Amino acid sequence: MTLGKILGWGCVLISLAGIALDLADLDLPRGYGWLLLGWGVAAASYAVVRGHMVAYVTKRLLEAAFVVFMIATLTFVLLRFLPGGPFDAEKALPPEIKANIEAKYGLDKPLGEQYLDYLMGLARGDLGESYKYIGRPVADIIAETLPVSFQLGVYSLLLAFLVGIPIGVLAASRHNSVVDNALMIFAISGVALPSFIVGPLLVMVFSFGIPFSALTGLLPPALWESPVYYIMPVITLGLRPAAIIARLTRSSMLEVIQADFVRTARAKGVAWPVILYKHVLKNSLIPVLTISGPLVAGILSGSFIVEIVFGIPGMGKHLVQSVTNRDYPLILGMTLVFSTMLVIANLIVDLLYTVVDPRIKLG
Amino acid sequence: MAATETTIDNSAGAPTSRNEKGKSLWSDAWKRLKKNRAAYFSFYFIVFVCLIAILAPWIAPYSYETQNIDRALLPPNSINWLGTDSLGRDMLSRIIYGARMSMAVGIFTAVFSLVVGGIYGAVSGWVGGWVDAVLMRTIDILNAIPSLVLLILVGVIFNSLDLFENPELKALTGIFLALSVGGWVSLARLVRGQVLQVREMLFVEGARALGARPTRIITRHIFPNILGPIIVMLTYQIPSNILFESFLSFIGLGLQPPFSSWGVLANDGWRAKSYPHLIVFPGMALFFTMLAFNLLGDGLRDALDPKLKNR
Repeated sequence: MTLGKILGWGCVLISLAGIALDLADLDLPRGYGWLLLGWGVAAASYAVVRGHMVAYVTKRLLEAAFVVFMIATLTFVLLRFLPGGPFDAEKALPPEIKANIEAKYGLDKPLGEQYLDYLMGLARGDLGESYKYIGRPVADIIAETLPVSFQLGVYSLLLAFLVGIPIGVLAASRHNSVVDNALMIFAISGVALPSFIVGPLLVMVFSFGIPFSALTGLLPPALWESPVYYIMPVITLGLRPAAIIARLTRSSMLEVIQADFVRTARAKGVAWPVILYKHVLKNSLIPVLTISGPLVAGILSGSFIVEIVFGIPGMGKHLVQSVTNRDYPLILGMTLVFSTMLVIANLIVDLLYTVVDPRIKLG
Repeated sequence: MAATETTIDNSAGAPTSRNEKGKSLWSDAWKRLKKNRAAYFSFYFIVFVCLIAILAPWIAPYSYETQNIDRALLPPNSINWLGTDSLGRDMLSRIIYGARMSMAVGIFTAVFSLVVGGIYGAVSGWVGGWVDAVLMRTIDILNAIPSLVLLILVGVIFNSLDLFENPELKALTGIFLALSVGGWVSLARLVRGQVLQVREMLFVEGARALGARPTRIITRHIFPNILGPIIVMLTYQIPSNILFESFLSFIGLGLQPPFSSWGVLANDGWRAKSYPHLIVFPGMALFFTMLAFNLLGDGLRDALDPKLKNR
């Protein structure tokens, strides 16, 4: 048992324990998030140092910081193009009051100064105060809603892998059979079904009992209170990624099955299941990993819709509302959080390549 | 890579006799596509949906916006085949007109993305060096913004611009521009990658040795050789545009009622909760169209590049 293995499996174990506690509807112990984060960073750093990737990762982190900075700038500029200010209420405010409010939030300063103020705030970790939720710091709103969105995202991604990969394996192992065809029809249907159709349909069947009245009230139609509430949103959000992963796993396995080393293994008389799960599957998972980056992005975007459909108190709901409200600090904060998560997810995927496939060298 | 290797594959796959007439890559690909039943059927299904979209004013039984409160929320019946919505508008007509909006947005956005992304990617791949680096970093940044955030922001901006008097046209251009902002990026990446591969090939070198100018080399030699992957990409982009249009309309930032698109209808259906026909029929229209485009995309990819079969 090397240190690397201890760190790696520890990470997996801590995550699994957290999921188990969460699904049992128990409160996570205090400091759990920090433990997971610390352990994960430790494991990642160890892998980076051992893999001689320090220079590469430093470069990527600097790039990521630059990208996030550019996004902050871009969003800031885009927002100022939005016609209508944040305080153009339907009932026009007296000009003095409006001027006072704008002075309070620094909206009367020249644009360049506002931008500098914003960047200085960011550097201090201060995202500003929301315009609409008066007196509430954006950081607080994010701290309140992000965990919910994160839960939804993580469970959907888990569902995608736990359902997608076995379906892909099953289909590939029975290539061109009835099972294969049926599973692939299911998968391509999953790709073609938008979440804003799946969600309402699930609600209709499992909450309102149409057309099977026996199912009325089986699952709650909205909100996010306990694990029962997770089921439909997670299925809605995870269905498409699961279908994509299933198709990818299948095609990737079919390709690897033709490889020379598989023929060698068969010739040696290795049992077929051993070949399939030990040799073929392991080698097939690299493309699946490749797609994980875009999938995370898709799940991030998809979570808006799912959160709206199911009335989940996550970030997605706020984002759409904040844009229509012209709540500049909130929009900027949300955009930054989403982009940071995306950038980090992509970096993690790239690093995982080297773990899954030691042949890949990053540099 | 696509062109040369496919031709080699063709000759290996189908034994050709000496006196047989030469077949172009395209007629060959069409033949392979025909063998793929699902893709072939999908192709005709898409043609059918396009025809419905174009002919909507003539084939829709009723107007998409005429309200008839006395006949609101009816399930499918002999007068309104697919029922009526909460304001008594005929669902079949609204779905037919929805096809018009959805397909228009999907196809025009894809074409626009192709032009912008194609030029951008071709320049990036052909010129190379620091130009390439700058152009690609820009794309990296655009890619790191979650697409829906970008879409929402740009959508709101364009929606509030008054480019046209006609409200229908105004709403359409708003969505169209918002989708194009995100759509061209992946095409630019694809074109760049393909150009990088093809530019090193011998026939390009030959053309250059003969003194052909870059524009001629790109349009005459490189473009035809990378057309296959581009067509496949477009086939996948159209449904994702349709989906994004529906996304935007669903969250209320796209087309608004009384206009009809499949996203608007899905939103109506979701709000109506317990009237299944309001969500099931638009959902089916959306589902089958997306399915057809995906199947056709798979079929085209296999037909144009048999090496990639099963991927």
